[in-house]
Amino acid sequence: MHETALSLPVVLPEAVLALGTLALVLYGALRGERAYNLVTEISVALLGVVFILLIAKNRPMGITFYGSFADDAFTRFMSGLALIGSLVTLLLSLEFMRSERIAGFEFPVLILLSTLGMLMLISANDFIALYLGLELMSLALYVIAAYRRNDLRATEAGLKYFVLGALSSGMLLYGASLIYGYSGSVSFTAVASAVHDHSRIGVLFGLVFVLAGLAFKISAVPFHMWTPDVYEGAPTPVTTFFASAPKIAAMAVLVRVAFIAFPGITNDWRQILTFVSIASMALGAFAAIGQTNFKRLMAYSSIGHMGFALVGLAAGTVEGAQSVIVYMAIYVVMTLGTFAAILSMRRDGKAVETISDLAGLARTDSTMAFFLATMMFSLAGVPPLAGFFAKFYVFAAAIKADLYGLSVIGVLASAVGAYYYLRIVKLMYFDEPGKAFDRPGVVVRSVLAISALLIIVFMFAPSPLTNAAMAAAQSLF
Amino acid sequence: MSWILSGLLLLPVVGALFILLLPGETEATKRNARWIALFATLITFGLSLVAWGRFNPAEPGFQLLEEHDWFSHVILYKLGVDGISMPFVLLTTFLMPISIAASWTIENRVKEYMIAFLVLETLMIGVFVALDLVLFYLFFEGGLIPMFLIIGIWGHKNRVYAAFKFFLYTFTGSVLMLLAIMAMYWTAGTTDITVLLKTAFAPKMQTWLWLGFFASFAVKLPMWPVHTWLPDAHVEAPTAGSVILAAILLKMGGYGFIRFSLPMFPDASVYFTPLVYALSVIAIIYTSLVALAQENMKKLVAYSSVAHMGFVTMGIFAANTQGVQGAVYQMISHGLVSGALFLCVGVVYDRTHSLEIADYGGLVQRMPLYALAFMLFTLANVGLPGTSGFIGEFLTLIGTFQANNLVAFYASFGLILSAAYALYLYRRVIFGVIEKASLMTIVDLVPREIATLLPLGLLVVFYGVHPQPIIDASAASIDSLLKSFGEAITATKTAGL
Repeated sequence: MHETALSLPVVLPEAVLALGTLALVLYGALRGERAYNLVTEISVALLGVVFILLIAKNRPMGITFYGSFADDAFTRFMSGLALIGSLVTLLLSLEFMRSERIAGFEFPVLILLSTLGMLMLISANDFIALYLGLELMSLALYVIAAYRRNDLRATEAGLKYFVLGALSSGMLLYGASLIYGYSGSVSFTAVASAVHDHSRIGVLFGLVFVLAGLAFKISAVPFHMWTPDVYEGAPTPVTTFFASAPKIAAMAVLVRVAFIAFPGITNDWRQILTFVSIASMALGAFAAIGQTNFKRLMAYSSIGHMGFALVGLAAGTVEGAQSVIVYMAIYVVMTLGTFAAILSMRRDGKAVETISDLAGLARTDSTMAFFLATMMFSLAGVPPLAGFFAKFYVFAAAIKADLYGLSVIGVLASAVGAYYYLRIVKLMYFDEPGKAFDRPGVVVRSVLAISALLIIVFMFAPSPLTNAAMAAAQSLF
Repeated sequence: MSWILSGLLLLPVVGALFILLLPGETEATKRNARWIALFATLITFGLSLVAWGRFNPAEPGFQLLEEHDWFSHVILYKLGVDGISMPFVLLTTFLMPISIAASWTIENRVKEYMIAFLVLETLMIGVFVALDLVLFYLFFEGGLIPMFLIIGIWGHKNRVYAAFKFFLYTFTGSVLMLLAIMAMYWTAGTTDITVLLKTAFAPKMQTWLWLGFFASFAVKLPMWPVHTWLPDAHVEAPTAGSVILAAILLKMGGYGFIRFSLPMFPDASVYFTPLVYALSVIAIIYTSLVALAQENMKKLVAYSSVAHMGFVTMGIFAANTQGVQGAVYQMISHGLVSGALFLCVGVVYDRTHSLEIADYGGLVQRMPLYALAFMLFTLANVGLPGTSGFIGEFLTLIGTFQANNLVAFYASFGLILSAAYALYLYRRVIFGVIEKASLMTIVDLVPREIATLLPLGLLVVFYGVHPQPIIDASAASIDSLLKSFGEAITATKTAGL
């Protein structure tokens, strides 16, 4: 790939996002609380502009900043997904933040900063850039986790997340330093040429620490402890954000580290990822069964889904990389749609979160029930919805790599997991209705409708996604 | 390029879309929804007759082919029928209008009910016409969603439990088949069924693939000991749901064995034949005995279904012309007979809202027509000569006798037992004197019910005395299937020597 010392066109989206965010901070600081609406709207527009810049065909790809920043098809696809996640989160948050009276201009600005960190993280091509991007993303996340600062649960969630997150960052940094010490470089490509099957054990230690740090960010077992509490405690738009964009960024960098920095020791990281994947799928399937809070249930659901995505990564092939990309794309749509439904759960002006509040929804709001049921069947992986094809791709990749044990455990976990998704369908369709929900705003409704329709029509036009994912995957090899 | 099969898939969905557009839940809407559903299924049936007209039974291969690329050359949208799938397509389209007519008394959420049935029809037809494994899987599994809702929303008291059990059993079995499908894809490079039928998989691999498919089809069929979801699902489902479940959904398992397990994994099929025989004989004898002890009419018919499906698996894995032919015949016949029996149970359930055998007795006094119809289908269920049930059981027994006479010997006890439980049921429900106050004013079949039962009764008798149409339709395909099966076995044996 074309490598330059310094190229502005390559980093244009990131530069625009950084400058735009700084300008919004200034504006917000001058105008105070009243600035919330305008800042949020401009933020959405800014993310839209950055998205267009990102996917602009005539912008050159390449590696720049002395090898630390890679802009390739993979970067563009995953960054685009992360941007969509952030953008939709901001749209969904507008109404909620106002009605809960926690609308401050800091919220959109923090989301923007975090998104900037994600873009840097996704394009990171050495361990220093990786760490900088990860920290920028995480610092903003720590703050918004505790954004509702008068609420006991939210502050507890934020503190928990911060302490555990700092620990995982430390582990990642320690691992990176070990890798640097044993391979003599922080650049992914240089590490790749230095690390092979007969490398010193220190490299493996470094690899384990790096993977642990990244597994924390995608909330894979055994680094998932923070997830249920943060999901439940944080305001719902914040949970939406946690479940979507940062997961994509962390999964993207995990894929890049695995394929670009350590292609020589695939068998070693495959072992680790196989274990993490099995543990995540199993915990996601079993621990969600007893949940009554919808957000907490979605926390376990996302843990399970990260396990499924890791099945594709564990395959360690180009099909595996493609399957992870497809999985994350479909996961984001399902997650945003489901959280749009959770945001629509308001009764008498107050947000409700337990799944039993959904009882009889098919009678009181049949459209919303239909869309949410679509999401649930898709999350469970029932054909012909998109969620099935996501699982199809990861397991097909795993079968090709002869990972039969992992595949069998995986599909059985998906059958167990189907139970709790069906339980929500059961509540909506089989049970007697309670009091109807307040009519949700047009934005929330359209996000739910659009994502459900995408999930349904995916089977008729799968090629754009699968081809783009294949192109992105090939750029890693 | 033909369009008929796509038309069959599309028509019910179009009907469902029309119903979706109906506003509100008024009486007029309910009436319109019923009529639209009836017309959509009738037109679909008409179109399937056109497909039958264009179908050439002398030709063993797939006909009425359609093929389009889908999923960037990995998965194909490929449809076609041969002599094995054509009868099942007709069975499906034939039973759907009857099921809709039998659902006329549904008053609760009629729109959603009709939509669920129409979508289910598309998915069921799809299972039988799909010529790509992944496409087949989509239809096979997709059917779970509408059936889950049908049992769960319009079912009886314990419906939630039954719906979950149905879904989770079938889903778990099927995901293992999905892994086998993927392994086949990476080995053969395609999921096109016509290519896979000619692909020889290594014997060791066949064993695993066979087990993957077996997990799915054994649950669907169902075979002992994974049959326990079926009685629950039947008892709790609304009448038409039971009809579709027994008449068509179960047949997908048997169809799968004939379409995939036997021709694609011949060595593994031979290897596992003793296992299938054992499970079939247990199913025939054990579930017949269980049926004898039932106090609930639907449960009794459900257990009798499991027993009858035992004949089907036994015949298929006898792997000779009579066995496979008999299995196909038995499935079609059982589709008509068990569907009719569930309709008969539904008739009295609509009047008294009870499924307990003890709540009935002496119905012949007030319902002579009903007693006649019930008698016909009971005898067909027993396998009386002159009804379609006889031909299927007889052929499977002949086929099995050639392959393994001990198995046939044990299985023939099933015939006696089926007579016992079926006639015992009939005696307790129909004969005797009316003692229950609730039955004093019960009325005989109304014209709508006659319209649903009459076509089934005519076909049961017609195919009982004149089995040739079904046998002719499937003979060429079954012969070519068994020929290549025999060649594959010989090839392996020669290679082994």
